[in-house]
Amino acid sequence: MNGLSRRAALAEILRERNDLIVVAGLGSPAYDLASIGNENLDFPMWGAMGGAAMVGLGIALAQPQRRVLVITGDGEMLMGIGSLATIAVQRPRNLRLVVMDNQQFGETGHQRTHTAFGTDLVAVARGCGIVHARSIFDANDLADLRRDIHALDDTLFAVVNISAQELPRVLPPRDGAYLAQRMRAALLGEADALET
Amino acid sequence: MSDSLPNTHWSDGVHALFRAHRINIVSFVPDGGMKRLLELCERDAAIHTVTLTTEQEGIALAAGAFLGGTRAAVLMQSSGVGNCVNMLSLPRVCNMPLLLLVTMRGEWGEFNPWQVPMGSGTQVVLEASGVITYRVQTPQDVVPTVDAAIEFAFASRQRVAVLLAQKLIGAKNFVRGDQ
Repeated sequence: MNGLSRRAALAEILRERNDLIVVAGLGSPAYDLASIGNENLDFPMWGAMGGAAMVGLGIALAQPQRRVLVITGDGEMLMGIGSLATIAVQRPRNLRLVVMDNQQFGETGHQRTHTAFGTDLVAVARGCGIVHARSIFDANDLADLRRDIHALDDTLFAVVNISAQELPRVLPPRDGAYLAQRMRAALLGEADALET
Repeated sequence: MSDSLPNTHWSDGVHALFRAHRINIVSFVPDGGMKRLLELCERDAAIHTVTLTTEQEGIALAAGAFLGGTRAAVLMQSSGVGNCVNMLSLPRVCNMPLLLLVTMRGEWGEFNPWQVPMGSGTQVVLEASGVITYRVQTPQDVVPTVDAAIEFAFASRQRVAVLLAQKLIGAKNFVRGDQ
């Protein structure tokens, strides 16, 4: 199957990411993020399937001066498909959703997802009211995506069409309390991160 | 129904608690029993309201709000609790606070049998998911209970749900149909 290399694509998207907050949906997007690094502003998820986009919305509403990128898979996005409508209504100017679409449930044996049968996530996002929504097939278009992630003053949705590679797993930390506290300390400072 | 309520309705007290405790995000799938509270929150510039397509979105939203340093509450009807079960693992495993306000259906004077299975199981499901539940039966207990739940959730980083009994809310009138 044709498609971009998922880790090369993510590495380009996250090049010079500066203070970009990154939430990664469970499975390969979280491993891809870990393959690039392990940053305080990373929130790789190991469960809560269908929740990545809404975690991103929560951070985006709480931190309106920061930019929040959610990287997730097609299966994870499909499970939280209604959140595209919720996010479109909120229209956070600092939230970016990037779906790495390999048309598979990669974690469970490469069963085909709905996108393999024609479900068009960009059309869904547009139909929900997300104005800036696009599909990326060409690595040359990743530079524009990266620019918009940092510069666009509106909600952004993109599907990056990737090949179905089975790559060596790079595992991020899986202690949720640690991951949460690490991000809070980075955003709020060590002292305030201990308060709620 | 809300037009005839006095200003001392519990909704006003809960809204005041949201303000006093700096709860800045209120997400919900609506229920007739919380109509007044939702209107108070939507009119309040200090509270950002988020309408959800399914209740589990609210659990993930509250988790993100906590990561970003803001307090959130999630409001739902008892039927919505069942939609949240796996997502409740997120605040639990990440040691995050969570405040749920749940208006009960499927109990006191219920007309709709389809509400009964989830209404009967709401508290058990929440407790099995690691959520501490406080049940309120009378209007005068709402504000002190929600106050305690907010303090417990955010000071002690617990997952807490306040269940507002159908006896307190009033059974939905399907014939009049205004809820």
